Amino acid sequence: MLNLKQIEKTFYKGTPDEKRAIDNVSLTLEEGDFVTVIGSNGAGKSTLLNLIAGVLFPDQGLMAVDDLNMTYLPEHKRSKWIGRVFQDPMAGTAPHMTIEENLALALGRTKKRGLGRGVSSSRKKEFKKLLQDMNVNLHDRLTTQVGLLSGGERQALSLLMATFTEPRILLLDEHTAALDPARAEHITSITRDVVNQHQLTTLMVTHDMEQALSLGNRLIMMDEGKIIFHADREEKKKLTVADLLEAFQKARGKSLADDKTLLQK
Amino acid sequence: MTGALFGAIESGLLYAIMALGVYISFRILDFPDLTVDGSFVTGGAVASVLMVSGTSPFMATLAGGAAGFIAGCMTGFLHTKGKINPLLSGILMMIALYSINLRIMGRPNIPLLNEETLFSQIESWWASTGIDAALMTPFQALGIEGAAPNTFYVLLFGTLLIIGVKKVLDWFLQTESGIALRATGDNAKMIKSLSANTGLYIMIGLGLSNALVAMSGALIVQYNGFADVGLGVGMIIVGLASVIIGEGVFGRKSIARTTLAVVLGAVLYRIILAVAMQLEFVKASDLKLITAIIVTGALVIPTFSGQIKEWMERKRQQKALTQELKQERGQDVAKPQTD
Repeated sequence: MLNLKQIEKTFYKGTPDEKRAIDNVSLTLEEGDFVTVIGSNGAGKSTLLNLIAGVLFPDQGLMAVDDLNMTYLPEHKRSKWIGRVFQDPMAGTAPHMTIEENLALALGRTKKRGLGRGVSSSRKKEFKKLLQDMNVNLHDRLTTQVGLLSGGERQALSLLMATFTEPRILLLDEHTAALDPARAEHITSITRDVVNQHQLTTLMVTHDMEQALSLGNRLIMMDEGKIIFHADREEKKKLTVADLLEAFQKARGKSLADDKTLLQK
Repeated sequence: MTGALFGAIESGLLYAIMALGVYISFRILDFPDLTVDGSFVTGGAVASVLMVSGTSPFMATLAGGAAGFIAGCMTGFLHTKGKINPLLSGILMMIALYSINLRIMGRPNIPLLNEETLFSQIESWWASTGIDAALMTPFQALGIEGAAPNTFYVLLFGTLLIIGVKKVLDWFLQTESGIALRATGDNAKMIKSLSANTGLYIMIGLGLSNALVAMSGALIVQYNGFADVGLGVGMIIVGLASVIIGEGVFGRKSIARTTLAVVLGAVLYRIILAVAMQLEFVKASDLKLITAIIVTGALVIPTFSGQIKEWMERKRQQKALTQELKQERGQDVAKPQTD
């Protein structure tokens, strides 16, 4: 399904600010896998997602979806297979366009855009039904400008736009982090529903450990550009927040101790 | 006076096509495109050279538009592939076009008075219909034939043409490609993640914008009866004036409403200009200054009036609350002395 092989990415190469953002990461997602990615700030979670989405290209390594090598395919070309929801609720929708126009834009992800009507009456009906099924209160506001919606509503719409065309891979980049707890909870439950409904292969970045545990069938933890902990299926079901903290301490503590001894001598 | 007024409406209808072009770059793509100053003349230059060499005025006008399309695409290319800042890309193209326009024309000025133009063609057909005489009767009956224009065909033709262009643009902006173009200006990050090549959309969008601008230029040279290499100086400001005045006065609720507002804005701008030119102390050379003042006014007045309203409201409220405080506690508060 999704294959990452020995991906490397270094920012500001050859300058004093050089930062190894992704350090030899390999990861395979099987059809229907839902992987949650946790890690502290600067661990490389978002960079990893940007590399998969094609916003960034890796220095080395290979990225493939199904049997297609997409390592250096431009973002707008590979998004045919990849759906995305951003952290910023403003980022995933066009604010000065209506809800129905935004949904029509999402349809263009998999189909070539021509000179047919963007919001035809049959599409309008389809959009209305989609919004009703999703249980967000937007189905009778199809002609409302998206800029007038709340952050939670915009994020629900982004989620719908990224998923209803059934991408091969769904990327969620801390998509509930900018919302208040109640709205975040609502979006989390919608996420669970849509991923189940379409059986989407999903990679979700979060820094909310509870959320990482409650969603998905696999979990990885990143630190300093590496995957430092991996819990699959049965293993993940038994996992607790305490386990995660311990794993983090174990992986981090060692390297910290090493650094400290080095510095002190 | 009324003659000047009709003239203003006539040319306003032709300039409105240019204003719609500026609306595409400035509002839809959010790309302040200065190519306009050059491409307006390019359209006029290509059309007039072709007409002088015997091409039909209709084809010459279309060719002018096509030349503008290429110019706009080039500006888009500089920006998207060359990563040059939008303003600078437009300025570079505008400067380049000045020389290119002179090359096309071969000399700074081409007279068209003795050439067959779209207007002379329509005029000769129009004269055979005798509609002018019929339309003149109510004016004559009222004894104000001096207030009527010499002929009505330019008004009629201009109106039909601009309605057609507006309708096509409205339609296009609602198509799948059209909404992707709008999204490119509204949220490029998002539409990229939805499989749209934003670079290509910017190029095509600027191409369409400058095609309209150049077509307007081609019509204006035929209306004026000559093409001049200096015709486009400040054209971007005229376009912006039309967009801003139009949106301010007539609103921007939907796409169709906004394009209508831009068209009416272009006409209104010409009327304001014509009225200003009637003032005794205004010289023809003051035209650009007046344009700058009109645009500044259109930009500043809405902000300024809002501020004044707020200031008045604040003052009223402060006065009332001060009085209340005095009645309740016998305490007098005044502004602190600060110097």
